[in-house]
Amino acid sequence: MAGIDHAPPPFFKRGPAPLALLTFYILVSLAIFVVDLRMHSLDLLRQTVALFVDPVQRVAQTPGSLVDYARNYLEGMALLQRENDQLRHAKLNTAPNLLRLEQLEAENERLRKLLDVKEREQANGQVAQILYTARDPFSRKVIVDKGQQAGITAGQPAIDEAGVVGQVTRVFPFSAEITLITDKDQAVPVQIVRTGQRSVVFGLGNGQMELRYLPANADVQVGDVLVTSGLDSVYLQGFPVAKVVNIERDSAYSFARIFGAPVAGVENFGEVMILNPREPLPPAPPAAKGRGDTSDKPGVRQKKKRAAKEN
Amino acid sequence: MQPTFSSSRILLPVSPWFIFLTLTVALLLNFLPTAHWPGVPDWIALVLCFWSVRESRRVGMGWAFILGLLMDVADGAVLGQHCFAYVLLAYGASSLSRRLLWFPIAQQALHVLPLLLLTQAIQAGMRMVVGGDFPGWGYFVGPFVASVLWIPATYLLLLPQFRPVEQNPDRPI
Repeated sequence: MAGIDHAPPPFFKRGPAPLALLTFYILVSLAIFVVDLRMHSLDLLRQTVALFVDPVQRVAQTPGSLVDYARNYLEGMALLQRENDQLRHAKLNTAPNLLRLEQLEAENERLRKLLDVKEREQANGQVAQILYTARDPFSRKVIVDKGQQAGITAGQPAIDEAGVVGQVTRVFPFSAEITLITDKDQAVPVQIVRTGQRSVVFGLGNGQMELRYLPANADVQVGDVLVTSGLDSVYLQGFPVAKVVNIERDSAYSFARIFGAPVAGVENFGEVMILNPREPLPPAPPAAKGRGDTSDKPGVRQKKKRAAKEN
Repeated sequence: MQPTFSSSRILLPVSPWFIFLTLTVALLLNFLPTAHWPGVPDWIALVLCFWSVRESRRVGMGWAFILGLLMDVADGAVLGQHCFAYVLLAYGASSLSRRLLWFPIAQQALHVLPLLLLTQAIQAGMRMVVGGDFPGWGYFVGPFVASVLWIPATYLLLLPQFRPVEQNPDRPI
């Protein structure tokens, strides 16, 4: 008689009416939706829930990573040897530049000191493993295996061996979420290597990026490499971000539509390097009054900041 | 239990632990790295819908809300997106439950399809209202797969409740 309920069915106490419950839950859901989206003040709730979800998620990832591991193991020697050869070649190819890099950096530093220019910041960071892609189909994010415990903070940039991958947007106790540069409206301040032209490149959400607000006659060519300009206080200067793949110049619009593809293996799995946060830039000088050409620079800056904030 | 096509078979009462277990397994299935495969159903929506239909007094909007919150955090989505959709799904399923169980199982699956589609559409709608991109029609394949899976899911989830066919005359129930 194990499963039989002896208590009489609760005819008269069924809790609140379903419609009342529905209204309550819907109001609560909508409230946290708006608060999370507009005010970003529910991080504590998210972190607490993440503490419970994270272990389950890691367990769920194990079969996939085991399969990967087994495949790697079975592919074995031949692949390793080939990869080793390639790496040795690559190393040899870059050796002339790398060997002199240290000396160049020292020289650069000396020259900068002579010129009284601020020294170039060193790029340091920690390697993190990408655990999985966030399932949210509306955004491009990955989760890595280092979090608050490893000293990660929101805002740190992440790179791989080819270029910029993204930026840490949320930090959980044992993991962190990196928003990829291809996420919709994720902005990276860049500079075109060939011309030195500064601009901001935005993710489009479909794996491509767009260089916005450049005049239709701007000097941009297909194949131009965009590197970080370092003007925000997030990305260090000179990391490759994207390569221009397509330019549409339409005289009906005042801006050219310039599309780029990310240089880094943004959508791949693997390891990323999370760079340490930059030292804060010196405060901007007070805006000069009465001169038209000087007033536009802070404006541009503010726009960038706003664009970065929106993400 | 009402006299439906198969309810001639009297079921044993469900164990709350089994409900909990199935929901946890659904959570695990949702966390599997299958996000980029087309047509992977939302397992939680399916299982939640099933229990809301079968046991609407045990599994209701409260569970839906909590599961939604877990999914939001796991997905990295905006908090409240899954909560809203799942709560509506649980409400719809439990208010349909009286009617749904009269139908043969294939027609039940057809009844569930709009509910699951609505769940998905609500999520897409909420994100697009606040500036998200349309995720593509592949996003809506999942509910169709899920409603086909309703048939095996019914058998699987009712399995512990089926009584042995050969009955002990000393224990009539």
